[in-house]
Amino acid sequence: MAHLVVNRIVGDEFMAFLAKSLLNQTAQLCASVRRLAVWGAAAFCATLYPMASAQAAQPQPWQMNLQPAAGTMSQMAHDLHNLLLVIITLISLFVLGLLVYVGVRFRASANPNPSKTSHNTVIEILWTVIPVIILVGIAIPSFRLLYYMDRTADTDMVIKVTGNQWYWNYEYPDEGVAFDSYMIDEADLEEGQTRLLSVDNPLVVPADTRIKLLITGNDVMHSFFVPSLAVQVYAFIGRTNEVWIDVPAGKQTYYGQCNQICGINHAYMPIEVRALPRNEYDAWLSTAREEFAMNDAVVEPKTLVLASAN
Amino acid sequence: MSAQAHADHGAPSSFVRRWLYSTNHKDIGTMYIVFAILAAFIGGGLSVFMRMELMEPGVQYMADGHVWNVFTTAHGLIMVFFVVMPGLIGGFGNWFVPIMIGAPDMAFPRMNNISFWLLPPAFILLLLSAVMDGGAGVGWTIYPPLSAKAGTPGMSMDLAIFSLHLAGASSILGAANFITTIFNMRTPGMTLHKMPLFAWAMLITAFLLLLAVPVLAGAITMLLTDRNFGTTFFIPEGGGDPILFLHLFWFFGHPEVYIMILPAFGIVSHIISTFSKKPIFGYLGMAYAMVSIGFVGFIVWAHHMYTVGLSVDTRAYFTAATMVIAVPTGVKIFSWIATMWGGSITFRTPMLWAIGFIFLFTVGGVTGVVLSNAGLDVVLHNTYYVIAHFHYVLSLGAVFGLFAGFYYWFSKMTGYEYSETLGKLHFWVTFIGVNLTFFPMHFLGLAGMPRRYIDYPDAFAGWNMVASIGSYVSAAGAILFLVVIAQAFIAKRRAADNPYGEGATTLEWQVSSPPPYHTFDELPKIK
Repeated sequence: MAHLVVNRIVGDEFMAFLAKSLLNQTAQLCASVRRLAVWGAAAFCATLYPMASAQAAQPQPWQMNLQPAAGTMSQMAHDLHNLLLVIITLISLFVLGLLVYVGVRFRASANPNPSKTSHNTVIEILWTVIPVIILVGIAIPSFRLLYYMDRTADTDMVIKVTGNQWYWNYEYPDEGVAFDSYMIDEADLEEGQTRLLSVDNPLVVPADTRIKLLITGNDVMHSFFVPSLAVQVYAFIGRTNEVWIDVPAGKQTYYGQCNQICGINHAYMPIEVRALPRNEYDAWLSTAREEFAMNDAVVEPKTLVLASAN
Repeated sequence: MSAQAHADHGAPSSFVRRWLYSTNHKDIGTMYIVFAILAAFIGGGLSVFMRMELMEPGVQYMADGHVWNVFTTAHGLIMVFFVVMPGLIGGFGNWFVPIMIGAPDMAFPRMNNISFWLLPPAFILLLLSAVMDGGAGVGWTIYPPLSAKAGTPGMSMDLAIFSLHLAGASSILGAANFITTIFNMRTPGMTLHKMPLFAWAMLITAFLLLLAVPVLAGAITMLLTDRNFGTTFFIPEGGGDPILFLHLFWFFGHPEVYIMILPAFGIVSHIISTFSKKPIFGYLGMAYAMVSIGFVGFIVWAHHMYTVGLSVDTRAYFTAATMVIAVPTGVKIFSWIATMWGGSITFRTPMLWAIGFIFLFTVGGVTGVVLSNAGLDVVLHNTYYVIAHFHYVLSLGAVFGLFAGFYYWFSKMTGYEYSETLGKLHFWVTFIGVNLTFFPMHFLGLAGMPRRYIDYPDAFAGWNMVASIGSYVSAAGAILFLVVIAQAFIAKRRAADNPYGEGATTLEWQVSSPPPYHTFDELPKIK
């Protein structure tokens, strides 16, 4: 209906074709708006999405899309990406279709006498305004995701992550635990470990927990990047960045890698996040307290308190 | 390519006088193009070697990760500063801006000479930076602290900085020259709104260069004094801030990507119009779309820095501002298609490159829209998705623009016809090769493969193998390009002054092929 009206105004075949395709775009936009409503609910109801189950959170051979999402935040990022993927695919195919069409329809042998048309105000306004509408449609879920990612206040625990050349240091300030995490050398790999991804001491976290990460560095820049958890932030010396991860329920290992060029072993400082159910996490924590006890003030006051109670 | 035998009307006969002391815009343009082709084979060769290394998991050919880092750094800097910029701006800009606007030469011919001759020493310094003291392995973005004394102690980084100083000075002088030429030397009747779109593109590019490159020069000078004279602009231990460098770098770096693509926009406009035998659709819209892309290009820089810890409102602003760029870019894409609409299209080699450009630039553009979302960028930043995105707009955008312009103007510049068959073969081999190389990188990036890695987890092996095979196909295309040039110079088929007929309306088609040493005996009059 709408394209017929436009067609009559301009009386041009191009217009009709374009308007029809633009209508398709509008339909796509409506679909995305419907999804928006779903996302709005997701932002307030973390349990809406079933969590990715036993799939390994690491890349798979010939994988073509994102790693399985872990947690609400990651799921929202996935939904935004999947929406965008549809939009950009349609736009690319639309442009390709137009190019093929003009190439066939207006090749010199089929159309020996070129027209001299060089202006059409209506079409120029349309191809300015419609992209604006599409972009606004993208911006709404995009901003929702962005501001959702910024809510570091609602977290249950804190872990400090320090990037070093070429290993990570993980510190649990409330537990008095800190340790270094190095990649396992290819020669020392054991059954079930992955080359370039497995580490000696993974970052162990309790499952079904929101964790605030304080990211800093000790030398050059690094970047703490775990794709399945939708977390990436640079690690700078002298500066602490704050992000959070939304670790879903279930025993699961999430892999990531340093993602800011940091020298000769940039490719060799992976991140392994191991989520354990609460009881297993507590068991790990008690051994870790002995194995990785920090020799600084965080541990000392606790001893003092015990002494005064006697 | 110089074709001295036929272009010698008044040209100095001594080699030194003609080339080293050259003040002729066409000769200087020729030197820029030859320089860009030589640099492209070095920079492109580095990339093929990198693809060989990445073809299979494990470390095959390179000594260690540092060698890899040196390769990525050199590849990036060479391609940006010594291939695309000299080719599009120095080469085609020098050759055709004065002719198109009916000017006898550039406004400052001697400055033009030094603009070019600063580049070879800059290039030598850059090559030295890759081999001295172990080489600078810091990425083309040269972020401190890795590029500071603590991260790269040797002189390699200083050499890279000096290289960028010289290349930057060359660009700034060139930019001043283009702006002066276009504002002051248009022939009577050639108003700004009658000026060909390539000249418009060069005018906007020159302004971007003039405003952006000095910021880079300042940043790398601060880095230089941090490294050598004890300042701490970017060193936290002394109260400095690495993020300041990121801001300064990208305040230059983002306009820089438009510096590389705007001239290609101009070239593609001419080619589409010529081979559709139609005037460009929406000429003013096309010109002002470029102006607005140039303007908005200056206020989006921090979309390269979504993961450094910017405040959430800042990221929201840069998300919105970045998305805005899609609008004028869309105007250009649709205007090109509308130019073809109703035309009488012949598919000669330059037209193939131009149509390839439109589609591939669209693909690179829409992935840019994906990346513009700060929330989504946390899973894509610094992955191969970004590599795929910027190679689609540069390797398949700017470079396709270079090839399109080269074929379009080859007969004008040399006086010889190239072989259409070979040219088309070159196009198709390159088209298949680069798509095979860069399209799978989207998948790798989505799966989380970080950039600047010498080795990757085994799961990434499949698409990396495909990408490497694609790069070999592209390399075969590059060799075919040399064959095309060699064939043309051996066959010596004379080109007509205007081989394209009624569609070719700009002034360069009114003069002989190649144009005389001094293009215009008297200034052409524009109605």
